[in-house]
Amino acid sequence: MEFFRPASLAEALEIKAAHPGGIPIAGGTDLMVEINFDKRRPEVLIDLTVCPELQEWSRSNGTIRIGSGVSYSRLIAELAGELPGLAIASRTVGSPQIRNRGTLGGNLGTASPAGDGVPPLVAVGAEVEVASTNGARTLPVAEFITGVKKNALAGDELIVAVHVPVAKGPQQFSKIGTRNAMVIAVATFSIALDLESRTVGTALGSSSPRPLRAHDAEEFIAAELDWAEHTPVPANVAERFGELVAGVATPIDDVRGTAAYRRHALGVMAKRTLTWTWDEAGRLGAPAEWKGPRS
Amino acid sequence: MEGAEIVRLNLRINGQPHEVDDVWEGESLLYVLRERLGLPGSKNACEQGECGSCSIYLDGQLVCACLVLAGQAEDREVVTVEGLGGSNDLHPVQEAFLEAGAVQCGFCTPGLIVAAHELLSRRPDPSESEIREALAGNLCRCTGYEKIIDAVSLAGRKMAGGST
Repeated sequence: MEFFRPASLAEALEIKAAHPGGIPIAGGTDLMVEINFDKRRPEVLIDLTVCPELQEWSRSNGTIRIGSGVSYSRLIAELAGELPGLAIASRTVGSPQIRNRGTLGGNLGTASPAGDGVPPLVAVGAEVEVASTNGARTLPVAEFITGVKKNALAGDELIVAVHVPVAKGPQQFSKIGTRNAMVIAVATFSIALDLESRTVGTALGSSSPRPLRAHDAEEFIAAELDWAEHTPVPANVAERFGELVAGVATPIDDVRGTAAYRRHALGVMAKRTLTWTWDEAGRLGAPAEWKGPRS
Repeated sequence: MEGAEIVRLNLRINGQPHEVDDVWEGESLLYVLRERLGLPGSKNACEQGECGSCSIYLDGQLVCACLVLAGQAEDREVVTVEGLGGSNDLHPVQEAFLEAGAVQCGFCTPGLIVAAHELLSRRPDPSESEIREALAGNLCRCTGYEKIIDAVSLAGRKMAGGST
């Protein structure tokens, strides 16, 4: 086993180019478990925790660019106002110890269907930026994850950042698990209202090999909502929204739950989070007055 | 390009510089602390970040030492439970655990002491829900947690200098 500790992104990319099988490590919350249990013996480990470029986030033109090494604790502390859905999801990750170490780059690299950080990104059409010594490219998060623990990263590439549009309305994230902390999701649901374009974004987690948007549900609810008067969502409309969301899932039976339970739970979470976000939008008024979520 | 085989690790632990030789590239910081440096306070239980019994500070942040690759601790500052207080100079959090009866088998206790210490350093007077949230990553199979929560409240009062 060889260990590298690049001091810059450029150096990290050179190492990755020379060792395409090299495994990057940041928080170690997935990889160290595999090493500790002798399930994996990477020939080359690349520690990304000292590359300064990966530890920062920045704003430009209504988008937040989050370095792949920014921890969940920092997303919660620093970005809850602009990216509420991602912050809510981040609060459900592991425990304080895990949130202090775990990163979005890790969730995308591991590409587990149960990664809690991913659905809030998919729901708002976030993009992932990857790089190699030949340059950088961006692609939608929804396309980056290609299957169970599979992603579109080439052997010489590293995940550099995630580009997430600043919220233009209330967002929510809901997660089913056996307790509040240290839980691998049985199913999750993300919703993001855009009060400017009057559209709704959704994403299902832990319900299919990769996170999915419920496009039919999004179009249905955007057409049904009374965006001008913010009247409450009729019960039959919320019910139909939940059915359309649940219909997209392709869950499995496993130790955490059955496929049937997951579908049912998705319908319930979709209805609830729709109501929460819509009520919040109604309280907060028109887009011009929308100043971010309640603290 | 050749990566370093970590032969030597330099880091600070509980305020003291340490140089550790013959570290294997894949080993955890927890292994270094316990097996190479004789600091057994951080417990080795689940080795997957589930139980919190190896909780330490790494550069001031609460982390599970089992999930930190040893090489990632190079040039970092580590504080373990041994750095908070010893048998002759117990930290108020340790005193509170004894007084509240929050220790049964004791295996989870060092991790809980560090996690409680971290909470009280930023929230001197935490509510019960804040305590439960902060300790959610530390498992105890004996106490049922009630006395642990009492102990953290008591420790907060002790550290504030109020009546105990």
